[in-house]
Amino acid sequence: MRQYWKFGAITVVVLATLGWLAVAGINESKTYYITITELQAMNQKALERRLRVAGDVEPGTIVRSAARVEFVLKQEGLRQKVVYTGREPLPDTFKDNAQALADGTLRHDGVFEAKKIQAKCASKYEAKPGAEPANQTAAPRTS
Amino acid sequence: MENLGALALLLGLCLSVYTILAALAGKWKQKPYLAASAERGVAAVWALVTAASAALLYHLFTDDYRVSFVASHSNRDMPWGYKLAAWWGGQEGSLLFWLWILSTYCFVAVWAYRRKHRDMMGYVIAILMTIQAFYLLLVVVPASPFQMVSSGGQVTAMPDGRGLNPLLQHPMMRIHPPFLYLGYVGFSVPFAFAMASLITRQKGDQWIATTRIWTMVTWLFQTCGVMLGGRWAYAVLGWGGYWGWDPVENASLLPWITATAFLHSVMMQEKKGMMKVWNVVLVAATFFLCIFGTFLTRSGVVSSVHAFAQSPIGKYFVTFIAIGLAGTIYLILDRLDYLKSENQLESVISRESSFLFNNLILLASCFSILWGTLFPVISEWVTGEKITVGAPFFNKVNIPIGLFLLFLTGVGPLFAWRRTSLESLKRNFLWPSMAALALGVGLAAFRIWNFYVLMSFMLCLFVALTILQEFYKGARAIQGKQGGTLVGCAVELSHRNTRRYGGYIVHMGMVLMFIGFTGQAFTKEAMEEMQVGQTLQVGHYGFRLADLKKANSPNYHSATVTIEVNRDGQPFATMHPEQRFYHASQQPTSTVAIEAQMKEDVYVVYAGNSNDGQKPVIQVFINPLVNFVWLGTFVVVFGTLVALAPSKVKMVWPRTQVVGTTGATGRGGDWATEAKQADEGMRR
Repeated sequence: MRQYWKFGAITVVVLATLGWLAVAGINESKTYYITITELQAMNQKALERRLRVAGDVEPGTIVRSAARVEFVLKQEGLRQKVVYTGREPLPDTFKDNAQALADGTLRHDGVFEAKKIQAKCASKYEAKPGAEPANQTAAPRTS
Repeated sequence: MENLGALALLLGLCLSVYTILAALAGKWKQKPYLAASAERGVAAVWALVTAASAALLYHLFTDDYRVSFVASHSNRDMPWGYKLAAWWGGQEGSLLFWLWILSTYCFVAVWAYRRKHRDMMGYVIAILMTIQAFYLLLVVVPASPFQMVSSGGQVTAMPDGRGLNPLLQHPMMRIHPPFLYLGYVGFSVPFAFAMASLITRQKGDQWIATTRIWTMVTWLFQTCGVMLGGRWAYAVLGWGGYWGWDPVENASLLPWITATAFLHSVMMQEKKGMMKVWNVVLVAATFFLCIFGTFLTRSGVVSSVHAFAQSPIGKYFVTFIAIGLAGTIYLILDRLDYLKSENQLESVISRESSFLFNNLILLASCFSILWGTLFPVISEWVTGEKITVGAPFFNKVNIPIGLFLLFLTGVGPLFAWRRTSLESLKRNFLWPSMAALALGVGLAAFRIWNFYVLMSFMLCLFVALTILQEFYKGARAIQGKQGGTLVGCAVELSHRNTRRYGGYIVHMGMVLMFIGFTGQAFTKEAMEEMQVGQTLQVGHYGFRLADLKKANSPNYHSATVTIEVNRDGQPFATMHPEQRFYHASQQPTSTVAIEAQMKEDVYVVYAGNSNDGQKPVIQVFINPLVNFVWLGTFVVVFGTLVALAPSKVKMVWPRTQVVGTTGATGRGGDWATEAKQADEGMRR
């Protein structure tokens, strides 16, 4: 019986450590999904959180320069100015009318500063490549 | 043709329902003719599904754009290899492909085992057929691959198809999905046998002996599938890595983890009669995670960078999984008495406990990945806010888990069953741990301070040495008796006990993969808008943009840059990353250029163009040691094949005779000492 106690104790220690790491990992990387409506209705809280906003890229608004890319996301008639300052190149699928996901934070001036952009092609056909696991990537990762 | 295909699927659905009923009735009423009829039903369903698949392929190869699946996943200019790949390149086709593999597996399993396991065959057929009926239902009702393109009530043909997504037009795409599917689907068979053995209240663990090879082959396919996926991402996606903890990747990893746990804990059942409940749970978990993975990739439940197909088949899956899980749980709880353990855990430092920890930690990893993947769904239920967690979460939990597993890989196989004496610990681990410590000190002297990196390299060396030591000791023992070269003796040794030494080779492959994973800590990258003639310096490498060319092909038009790379000033390579624009799908993609070396990969991406469209944006990664990941995969595959080969010496392990030993084979002398130590241990 003593062995089972020992084993149980080790198990508890291992699981507790992992649990602690998991909580730390969640706090470090948690990102809130919100709509543009919610984003614009949020107050102080929005400035502290990491957010993920989805919308369509308004045609003609993409302005690229060496260090940054600016564009406007549109969702249900609302517009949100986004500036992308991440290091990675934007995905190939990022272009006018694409559905984009912007990860980042809201700045005090109301511009959304994205560190990461994911984009899907806005095609009227089903915009899916393979349906098999592990390789359905329509957009190269930007992480 | 399309009508024939659809008809075959419909007939298949009806026949599969009949087969389930015939199999069950044949069993309950003890009617051999019904049982035989069910077996033939399996063959007939296979024939029908094959016919439907042939019909779909016929449409793909004859460019029949009246069929909507063909029109949206193929086009005239695609080479035939990709037309074949289009079969699994889209939702409906891939479901049919899945079904065809399942049906083939089922056919093979039933015909191979029907005499040996007559008593449970009825249930095996019924279970496998239920899964098939479910997939047949999917391809008949919500996701028919034979849907026609219609306008105004008339069937019309599209002038040309949209083509396979350009990212999928890669040689890897022809083999990666089939491998993954062979893995995913294959776990259905061990599951069916496990459940059938529960239903028929089998005392022994015949199902494990029967399905061992099956599980290993399936595991091998799954391993290849996952790694090919990583390799494809690395070679195609152009973000410099091979694993991003994306929901779809996770979905393929989850069943792999539980299957790995099962392959280990199964030894506990075979040799000690322990962990019987646990093994049934693992087999069931693996099977349901496979179905869950299919569901996750198709239902749009979790959003992903992978473009998911939003479709109504999600609720079908939820229903199927819910009913299946409820049935499985009921069955396990009801039959607990038949799954009693025959032995008890005796010591924390023993083979048994290393298996237990191996399982515990694998399951913890599996759970954390599942949790992280479903976090948006869970958090939305609980708090109403959709929260997602990213790579840092997965890494934070799974890096320590990986290192702990690596540690167990080294020590576990050398621990004795029941308990391990201090003496044997010293004998087995003294030199490997000294060497690992020395390596740690050496690396620290070179200013590598990162704890995980240090631990990983030290453990890699430690595990590699323990494995080599095993081969060396065994080979020396044989050499002492028979002579010959050491390598020849090592081969002879492996041949005598393929399971054990094959397993060691698999472990060695894992060590190599860990070396590769650790290399990621030293990745360097840079990105720059470049003009012709300009140079970008990254680490030891200089990248000079020498030329920019545009070209046209029927499938796409492209822009290619020529980059001259030098290393410490010496010419090193000329690389040609490319950007393509596919006509059919109107999508741009980047083609990555990789200069592979064992030490580090030089990885160059033509990432895009500057705003004025004149200057190409070039991104460069230096990825150290990444090739060890692929090398490790080959070693894992080789090791698994060795383990699958029949042993030259048939080993019988009567359970009562397994005495504390670190390995009864190939080490004649140690047997006795170990047994003696174990005896002494017991007396103490």
